[in-house]
Amino acid sequence: MNGTQKTCLYEEHLRLGARLEEFAGFLMPIVYTSIQEEHRAVRENVGMFDVSHMGEIMVEGKDALRYVDHVFCNEITSKPLGKVVYGMLLYENGTIVDDLLVYKLSETKCLLVVNASNIGKDYAWLVDQTDGFDVTIKNLSADYAEIAVQGPKAEAKLDELFALGLGSLTFFTARKQMILGHEVLISRTGYTGEDGFEIYADAAAITEIWKILIINGVTPCGLGARDTLRFEAALPLYGHEISETITPLEAGFKLFVAFDKPDFIGKRQLLEDLEKGLSRRVVGLELSERAIPRQGYPVLADGEVVGYVTTGYLSITLDKPIALAMVRIDKAKLGTTIAVEIRKRQFPGFVRDRKFLDKHYRK
Amino acid sequence: MSTVLAGLKYSESHEWVKIIEGNIVLVGITDFAQSQLGAIVFVDMPDVGAKIVAEDEFGAVESVKAASDLISPVTGTVIAVNEDLVGEPELINEDAYGAWILKVAVDDMSELDNLLDKAGYEKISK
Repeated sequence: MNGTQKTCLYEEHLRLGARLEEFAGFLMPIVYTSIQEEHRAVRENVGMFDVSHMGEIMVEGKDALRYVDHVFCNEITSKPLGKVVYGMLLYENGTIVDDLLVYKLSETKCLLVVNASNIGKDYAWLVDQTDGFDVTIKNLSADYAEIAVQGPKAEAKLDELFALGLGSLTFFTARKQMILGHEVLISRTGYTGEDGFEIYADAAAITEIWKILIINGVTPCGLGARDTLRFEAALPLYGHEISETITPLEAGFKLFVAFDKPDFIGKRQLLEDLEKGLSRRVVGLELSERAIPRQGYPVLADGEVVGYVTTGYLSITLDKPIALAMVRIDKAKLGTTIAVEIRKRQFPGFVRDRKFLDKHYRK
Repeated sequence: MSTVLAGLKYSESHEWVKIIEGNIVLVGITDFAQSQLGAIVFVDMPDVGAKIVAEDEFGAVESVKAASDLISPVTGTVIAVNEDLVGEPELINEDAYGAWILKVAVDDMSELDNLLDKAGYEKISK
């Protein structure tokens, strides 16, 4: 570690009264006013996050697409230019190096957006896989700042201020555009379960765009609300629902594994796992009494520990205790009676679907 | 700046104790504690009739992000819990000294001598 880094918006966070904490080596805003207010701003209106801590790794070269399809469990080669694809990098044993977005920028160029906590590990691992591919891997994380503008009013607000014509930017696509004379990369993506956009550019551009959005009433939101929002949308967080010891099948993300590709790292193991059946899986839980199931709390069935909570909250949108949990496969069926142990007491609940709320994506 | 009231007793784990009469006391968390926790969304309280023991955990106050154990400043029997906090846990944020959590019949009132007074608590809640 070489000290805590600050994003280009650090001064803005101070000015806006954020509570700052170290996260993945960066001093980041956790909350500005209250997590609930920020959460509701994104569900009902428009909020904005500084996500400049995220990592950007560029894969460039004649074999860029073939290389990405070798290391990525989803598929990129067949996709149109400008497509953004969610998926994971896997180890040979099928567990997860990281989850990421891949931006297909050209036939010879892909931008990989990875978790801040994994930038160093991902970069080293990606470089290690380049034998036999004509590609260069560059860690451009320090060159890119990023904000996420999220919520049902995100498109209207951005169009009103910057005339971007975002109606033609479809779900999970990206394009380069000029904002205030700066070239940015903008995509209709996010991590909240709402419609929204992510904007990548240099520090000067992002700072200017951020300030204008703040002046025009967009609510600044911290990492606290980012987590409650992504959780309600059942989106995974590395280190919780997915990790170096969890496979995408166990995490319930088979949808993002392109088994029809000829090969990718980890494919053989995942096929074997499918063949012999999983031993555990991430499920949704709901408690029948008011209590808060938090990460790491034991999940019990018939008096025996059968798993653990990966993320849990008193859901801000639903006002009830829900959780994502890794449980033994024989207790993973919908409706199974379980209990979560909270401060030595057992609170009854049941396995439910992970569709905690309807997502409001504009596709 | 958080408020510390005169006339109450305080624990180092940021609970307050207020004597009602005889051995009957109210227990809550301090203004400093609520300001550190941020918006409180849930208070996990023991059942009426439960025995609580000084320096042992008896429940928790929870913000969106985290659960914080409540540590009992006294030994005794819970004779009431503040039911208003079930529906409105944010009352603690609004008025930490008005929003009591437990009413307790204390076994031995001399135990309160181990707690801090206003000046003592101010020193540790800066």
